[in-house]
Amino acid sequence: MAQENRSWQWFANIIYIILTVACLAPFVLLLASSLTDETEILKNGYSFFPKVFSTAAYEYLFSGGGSGIFRAYGITIFVTVFGTAAGLFITALLAYPMSRSDYPASKPLAFVVFFTLLFNGGLVPTYLVYTQLFDVKNTVWGLIVPGLLMNGFNVMLMQTFFRTSIPMAIIESASIDGAGEFRIFRSIILRLSTPVLATVGLFQTLVYWNDWMNGTIYINDTKLYGIQNMLNRILSDAQYLASGSFASHASALANTAPLETVKMAIAVIGVVPIMVTYPFFQKYFVKGIALGAVKG
Amino acid sequence: MAINREANVPVKKRSRMRKYLPLTLMVLPGLLYLLLNNYLPMFGLIIAFKEVNFTKGIFASDWVGFKNFEYLFTTSDAYIITRNTILYNVSWIIIGTVLAILLAILLNEVRQKFLARFYQSIILLPQLISIVIVAYLGYAMLSLDTGFINKTILPALGMDDIMFYFESKYWPYILTFVSLWKGLGFNVVVYFAAIIGIDEEYYEAARLDGASKWQQIRGITLPLIAPMIIMLTLLSVGKIFYSDFGLFYQVPMNSGAIYDTTNVIDTYVYRGLLGLGDVGMSAAAGFYQSIVGFILVLTANFIVRKISKDNALF
Repeated sequence: MAQENRSWQWFANIIYIILTVACLAPFVLLLASSLTDETEILKNGYSFFPKVFSTAAYEYLFSGGGSGIFRAYGITIFVTVFGTAAGLFITALLAYPMSRSDYPASKPLAFVVFFTLLFNGGLVPTYLVYTQLFDVKNTVWGLIVPGLLMNGFNVMLMQTFFRTSIPMAIIESASIDGAGEFRIFRSIILRLSTPVLATVGLFQTLVYWNDWMNGTIYINDTKLYGIQNMLNRILSDAQYLASGSFASHASALANTAPLETVKMAIAVIGVVPIMVTYPFFQKYFVKGIALGAVKG
Repeated sequence: MAINREANVPVKKRSRMRKYLPLTLMVLPGLLYLLLNNYLPMFGLIIAFKEVNFTKGIFASDWVGFKNFEYLFTTSDAYIITRNTILYNVSWIIIGTVLAILLAILLNEVRQKFLARFYQSIILLPQLISIVIVAYLGYAMLSLDTGFINKTILPALGMDDIMFYFESKYWPYILTFVSLWKGLGFNVVVYFAAIIGIDEEYYEAARLDGASKWQQIRGITLPLIAPMIIMLTLLSVGKIFYSDFGLFYQVPMNSGAIYDTTNVIDTYVYRGLLGLGDVGMSAAAGFYQSIVGFILVLTANFIVRKISKDNALF
């Protein structure tokens, strides 16, 4: 029997080593290609083991050719930080009263939140509401507000946590000691809820960092492009990278740019923040998935 | 213990309102957002029955009855996008569920805690990456002039180049592969969480009786996670009219030559609105998606309720 167990373990490990390689290989291809000499790429294509090593793509990006990229980075960072903070705040504010069984409106609110998960107006009405009524087109609000700021799923996740993890007795006793609702929320609820705040905050951060849809729909002005929209544009429109609108300096510089490797280098720069921070938030991410699946 | 302070005390309505005023103030920002972002567009569904004229405004535009729908359903588009949306979803639900369960069971066989955690982290990595980056990864593999497959693999096999972005027959496989690559880790973690929740004593008892690993899986693991499998499957059936827009739009790089295998309802609505400016037909397709999608969610939930009340969504 021990024999059987050991062969199962071997089998499981082998399968998972194959999966690990399959998950990582494309990233390695990207990185290796960005570090290859341009003529080598044009001749032999992207490769895992470049024959001619070159950092020309990165030199080009950091010597001014990539000024557009760094601007886009700034916009994405701003949108992510602001959107996550604001979204987390209003999500918690809505979820807390919903978790209070003594609050008369908690049940109707739960329905209002839940119904948004079942039914929606779809893209066309949403687009028209945001462009005709609120006029978010080509403003930074177009990147932050439509669709992303808060969603029913996160509200319900948080509400469940508040209800199951914070004993009503604590709230009662704080209230008897004279603490108002806002004070209770700030110094008790938020303080005891770090796990769920971290989880939802992380989900929000990923959604904002990776969003390209709002930028495509609501933004025409390339000055307001976030990093995903810039990447998107570069991939779909080879001319864009070579054009002066990208390299704000001189278009002469752009004409000499190693386009294929620069393309890959920009993609590398786009994933680096996630790759670097992932080990730190990985724990919350896995927990959040399990929590959402079991309770969702 | 929860004490209901109001139970025996008749409280006047006004003081009750005052008592809950702070909680109500807290609710307002989030509620307002839901009303503007989620509920207001629901009324916009009437656009599907109008001839949108921006100079008149949306609500003042003329009614055209079902004309937008007639246009939509007389073209072959309606058939293609419905077929693609449903076929991709159905096959991915089946393949994704079976693979995720198998891999979750295998992950449970990895005895070293450190390795199990390491594998989990790596298979979740593709999940975190934006679909734009996934499109780059796809391009690095599939591009005609520089792609890894065309420049390294096919020559090694003595085969001719393939113009992936112009030949629709390859895309069902490519999209399936990319979807699994990106999403499988998530489902594995979900099922893995269910499997590690199973009481170890069941397995010990089975081992004492001499049950083989295979018998343990069939007799213990699968039956115990069956409610979860059923629930998650039915919930994805409820979303069968929706697809991952980014996957279908970005990864094929919006190439028109391959629309017959890459166009789904979501991409059709998007192109209608922003590409062609055909708001009417786009709105009709969106309406079709919202209503049928809603009916499917209700039906799926109804079935879940019949099977297991606890697992139903509502």
